[in-house]
Amino acid sequence: MEVLLVSLLNGLVYGMLLFMLASGLTLIFSMMGVLNFAHASMYMLGAYFAYSVSHVIGFWPALVVAPVLCGVLGALIEMYALRRVHRNGHIAELLFTVGLAFIIEKTVQMAWGLLPVPYRVPPVLDRALFHVYGSNFHAYRAFMLLVSVAMFLAIWLLLTRTRIGLVIQAALTHPEMVGALGHNVPRVFTVVFAGGSVLAGLAGVIGGNYLVTEPSMAATMGPIVFVVVVFGGLGSLAGCFIASLIMGLVQTFAVVLDVSLADLLARLGVTVTSATPLAEFLTIPLPRVGALLPYLMLILVLLIKPRGLMGTRDT
Amino acid sequence: MSEGVVRTGAPALAAEGARGRLRRHWPWLASLAVAVVIPWLFYDWTTGRHSGFVVAMLSQIGIMIIFALSYNMLMGHAGLLSFGHAVFLGLGGYATAHALNASRAGTLPLPLELAPLVGGLGGLGFALVLGYFATKQRATAFAMITLGIGELVTACALMFQTFFGGEGGVSTNRMTGHSLLGLGYGAPIQVYYLIVVWTLISAVLMLLLTLTPLGRMANACRDNFERAQFVGYDPRMVRFFQFALSGFFAGVAGALYTLTYEIVTYDTVAAPLSGNALLMTYIGGVGVFAGPVVGAVLIVLLQSWVSLLSNSWLVYAGVLFILMVTFAPGGLAGLVVVHQPIWRAGRLGRLLGPYLRLLAPGAVTVVGFVLAIELCSFLTIGAAQGKSFTIGQLTLDPRHPGAWLVAALLLAVGGVWLRYAVRGFGSAWTALTEEIKASGPRA
Repeated sequence: MEVLLVSLLNGLVYGMLLFMLASGLTLIFSMMGVLNFAHASMYMLGAYFAYSVSHVIGFWPALVVAPVLCGVLGALIEMYALRRVHRNGHIAELLFTVGLAFIIEKTVQMAWGLLPVPYRVPPVLDRALFHVYGSNFHAYRAFMLLVSVAMFLAIWLLLTRTRIGLVIQAALTHPEMVGALGHNVPRVFTVVFAGGSVLAGLAGVIGGNYLVTEPSMAATMGPIVFVVVVFGGLGSLAGCFIASLIMGLVQTFAVVLDVSLADLLARLGVTVTSATPLAEFLTIPLPRVGALLPYLMLILVLLIKPRGLMGTRDT
Repeated sequence: MSEGVVRTGAPALAAEGARGRLRRHWPWLASLAVAVVIPWLFYDWTTGRHSGFVVAMLSQIGIMIIFALSYNMLMGHAGLLSFGHAVFLGLGGYATAHALNASRAGTLPLPLELAPLVGGLGGLGFALVLGYFATKQRATAFAMITLGIGELVTACALMFQTFFGGEGGVSTNRMTGHSLLGLGYGAPIQVYYLIVVWTLISAVLMLLLTLTPLGRMANACRDNFERAQFVGYDPRMVRFFQFALSGFFAGVAGALYTLTYEIVTYDTVAAPLSGNALLMTYIGGVGVFAGPVVGAVLIVLLQSWVSLLSNSWLVYAGVLFILMVTFAPGGLAGLVVVHQPIWRAGRLGRLLGPYLRLLAPGAVTVVGFVLAIELCSFLTIGAAQGKSFTIGQLTLDPRHPGAWLVAALLLAVGGVWLRYAVRGFGSAWTALTEEIKASGPRA
């Protein structure tokens, strides 16, 4: 029971972090059709910026400054490079972001070194908030949850209650029509790209010290975020939200539950020995498969529903 | 170039005589001759040995040419973007490794020359199974399924001991004692010539495949799958067959990989190699059959030479890709094709001057950029590794502001000058194409 509750909370924290990354990517991907491989690089830059900025002015200002830096960078990239590549088609755009991810990774290595940097949780939050059945729930996790919920509300209000939000929503499904109605679609693109970068940067600021801040953090996070976006479906923030939570929970629970198919068969009265066919497959414990589950789920969902969980249009 | 071969169909091939064939296919013969001769240019006559580095690099080029061409069967010919193509190279490689081990144990009398067939069949088998699922969808959904398949297979390769050997991989020995030609294949140069032969066979087969109804329907489904459906073809089956055959050739490349390195690890199925296939193909040019060949040669050369010279290979690769996708979306082969009308009009010489004028500012910019990147790199990573920045006899201190000033100056001057020169080149180009257009509709 206690395992269940603690894992539930941890999964929620991880899922919300995923959502912070994936929401920006969903907006960018749905609207501009760009598979942005540099999105996770923005997340990494957010963490590194926060590490450097928090040295000078502390963690709290960094919480604002680092995402804004990422946003400015995102806006510049969109305005001066991506818009130009846009004419050359989607694969060109995709490769552009791949090249960008290379450059950002190497730049980070050159600026901050190859090893992880000691980007730490601020001391105020570096304590146990409460105890659940003997295990601690860390205050910083509660803070992460708080930030992500606040961000979720902010995006939701922005998209449903403001004019620009309505334009963005319309452009998600009918970009040509929005352009025909006289809205400046390229500027909407820039806003969305910058906004997505801000969110990714924010995820980096609060995720970098929760996980590890190192040059390979973009590469480890990148594929999972793609999975979340496609799993949730294009054009649907709600789908993205649900997908993030599912992925967060699945990955957390997979690590905790130390069972294998052999155990399951043992319950049914079948003992698996090394002589059983497929013994190797049957005895693999669930925690080792944990990293695989998102991809397995992605493939299954795409085979059944090519639009993803709640997608509003074809990929 | 061989682009013409792709465009004109089978009737033209049958009608022409031997001389016409020679004129049409000379790039193939020329590349074959180059591939055969190059190892001997680096032959050390005093020790009687081939340069190990050159032979290894050439072998890698051959393998990557097959791999990139097979990738282009999906991306260029069928319009399918795959993120998991390395899976079939790797699985073909694993299959070959097991076959070689069985051959050494005496249970399988497999001549080494035919080992690539085993790899190909391995790739084909897995492509039939995995492709059955992947090709149910197209476009982005297809791309995402292949991404998932790639990650799944990589994880499996690390997890399962019997087939994949876990993290250590499967090692083997190519000297099985079974050979059609009676060769031992102990020397890398013998394997290299085997690779040359198989690269040629695979390339010719893939070229012929573009002329078959399947190849044509793949193009049709790429351009407009709904119309292809109206004609009565099932685009899904077209995708499936194309995917399976592409897996076969990737498997051949994997087998040659196994023969060269005598070990297969999970790297061969992992995402970086799949990404490499995409980059080689795109940089070379997807619209032209020989494009991926050019891309494979360039990328392998860059990877083995630049990564020897510099820590920052990734930055240069990134910048190269960004420049290519921004300014030359047709790839290197596309750049050649753009010049074709001018060449046909016999006015290519007129571009020589404008090109030469680009050379100096381009060189200044590149030198400035490389200097700046290397200074950065040596300031942090190099210092941590205890290396110093030397060019010939000259040792540069990255902490000295002088070097930085030179780099900044070169970059600034080169940048401005290049911008100016590019504008001049652009107007010369426009003037020339206008002139050719005006001189007659033929050109």
